[in-house]
Amino acid sequence: MPALIDARELTKKFGDFVAVDGISFAVEEGESFGFLGPNGAGKTSTMRMIGAVSPITSGSLSVLGLDPEHQGPQLRDRLGVVPQEDNLDEELTVYDNLMMYGRYFDLPRAVIRDRIEELLDFVQLAEKSKSKVDALSGGMKRRLTIARGLINEPDMLILDEPTTGLDPQARHVLWDRLYRLKQKGVTLIITTHYMEEAEQLCDRLVIMDKAKIVAEGSPRSLIEKYAPREVVEIRFPPGVLDDVADRVEAFAPRAEILADRALLYTDDAEETISLVSADGLEPETILARRSSLEDVFLRLTGRSLID
Amino acid sequence: MATPLALRVFESEARVYRRTWRASVFSSFLNPVLYLTAMGVGLGSLVDANMPEGVDGVSYLTFLAPGLLVATAMQTGAAEGAWKVMAGIKWLKTYHARLATPVSISGLVFGHMLWSGARVLMVSVVFAVVIAAFRIAPLWQSLLAVGPALLVGLGMAAVTTAFTARLKDEGGLPLYFRLVVIPMFLFSGAFFPITQLPGWLQAVALATPMYHGVELSRAIVVGTEPPVAWWISVLYLLAWIVVGTAVSFGPFRKRLTP
Repeated sequence: MPALIDARELTKKFGDFVAVDGISFAVEEGESFGFLGPNGAGKTSTMRMIGAVSPITSGSLSVLGLDPEHQGPQLRDRLGVVPQEDNLDEELTVYDNLMMYGRYFDLPRAVIRDRIEELLDFVQLAEKSKSKVDALSGGMKRRLTIARGLINEPDMLILDEPTTGLDPQARHVLWDRLYRLKQKGVTLIITTHYMEEAEQLCDRLVIMDKAKIVAEGSPRSLIEKYAPREVVEIRFPPGVLDDVADRVEAFAPRAEILADRALLYTDDAEETISLVSADGLEPETILARRSSLEDVFLRLTGRSLID
Repeated sequence: MATPLALRVFESEARVYRRTWRASVFSSFLNPVLYLTAMGVGLGSLVDANMPEGVDGVSYLTFLAPGLLVATAMQTGAAEGAWKVMAGIKWLKTYHARLATPVSISGLVFGHMLWSGARVLMVSVVFAVVIAAFRIAPLWQSLLAVGPALLVGLGMAAVTTAFTARLKDEGGLPLYFRLVVIPMFLFSGAFFPITQLPGWLQAVALATPMYHGVELSRAIVVGTEPPVAWWISVLYLLAWIVVGTAVSFGPFRKRLTP
């Protein structure tokens, strides 16, 4: 079966600025595929090219077997898009927003009506059907945008930073809904700068930095490949870390010294912690955890995901 | 795609309008009543007292009514091209949302123009009914005068759309209304014949789409011969619509699908 998305040497330039620099990747049907990277890495530009709302500068791109540049309307007919910035019609009701959007796909009103009922149940907004959008909370608006993106029963749902700006509780509700979609076999394309989101939702992901792909794989395999099993985080009072950086680095084969804390990568956290206490250092806190995609990113780029 | 998607865009604008249609229709009715009473009847009685032969041979109220009809259509078209487009591109970003669907730039622009035309038509028809109610002209005649008003409104909607889509933010719009729309409203022959203007300003007035619409509407309501052959004025107005719409595509594409 051909890939749903096949991108080769995909490049996007705005004047002299290179937003996406020759990236290649493929997404298979039913897969949940992620783009993880900090702001400005080129994730949104990539999404807009896939969504056929931004022409590619060079390279090749095929989405659902179609050419986004010349078959935009046919392609968009089969895509669902949840953009980074909500663009719901705030003056209309929840119901009218969905009805209006469904009509752009030239669906009959009766069909849209049935789907609205189903989708509002799915995103847990059934009782808000008649509310105006501007009265909804941020999390509700996001869920409505997801419902809107599903109104045409798309072959693929594209989500650009779906939970940015939401509080943790709203984020978990949203993750739960997206997880259910994934279980139903909907192909999801997600961009995020939250490693937790990528770990929870993506079967496979690419890590992007400065317009390029720096690594690709499943969350587990990326962590195994680029980070030792465990991390010891030690936090010091302001100013102290600079003076003791050399001593701290000696505790583990690899260490990252950040502004307020040091990360020690190790295969045995307990042993590392005992080394720290034996040395007589007095950190504010010391904590052992499993390594994460954040650590992978740090390893590959020398920076953390959210600055 | 069974239906041209411009119709779906039109439909969605109508859905938005449905929320405020009562207030909107009421003000399209109140506006001509107030203007025709104050200027046509009130100010007009002074004008008529000083000009027994009439303005262009008719009472001031009769002279004013078709001109004001076109001036109102012009303003309506400009408003649709300004606020609607700024909201779609920047404030509500509804244009971005539409473009994520099978709707493309052409559907968006044509749908917007269709809706602008519908708005101009609504306002103008209500105005025509008020003209008939003031017994200035029979209803069929004032309704006929809606034709030129519609052309002017569409032309203004088109050029204003092209202009607005080029603006970074709404800052330029009040200036556009003050320097373009309001002067056109006042000096294109609706309130007094442009022969009253200094020579060079007459040339400017002659170049505005509104002037041509005013003369056409006045010819229909009053029965006078228009100073410019009617078919030249009609072609000129159509050119504004076509060119304005055509030059909207570039900035729309640049702003919405970079």
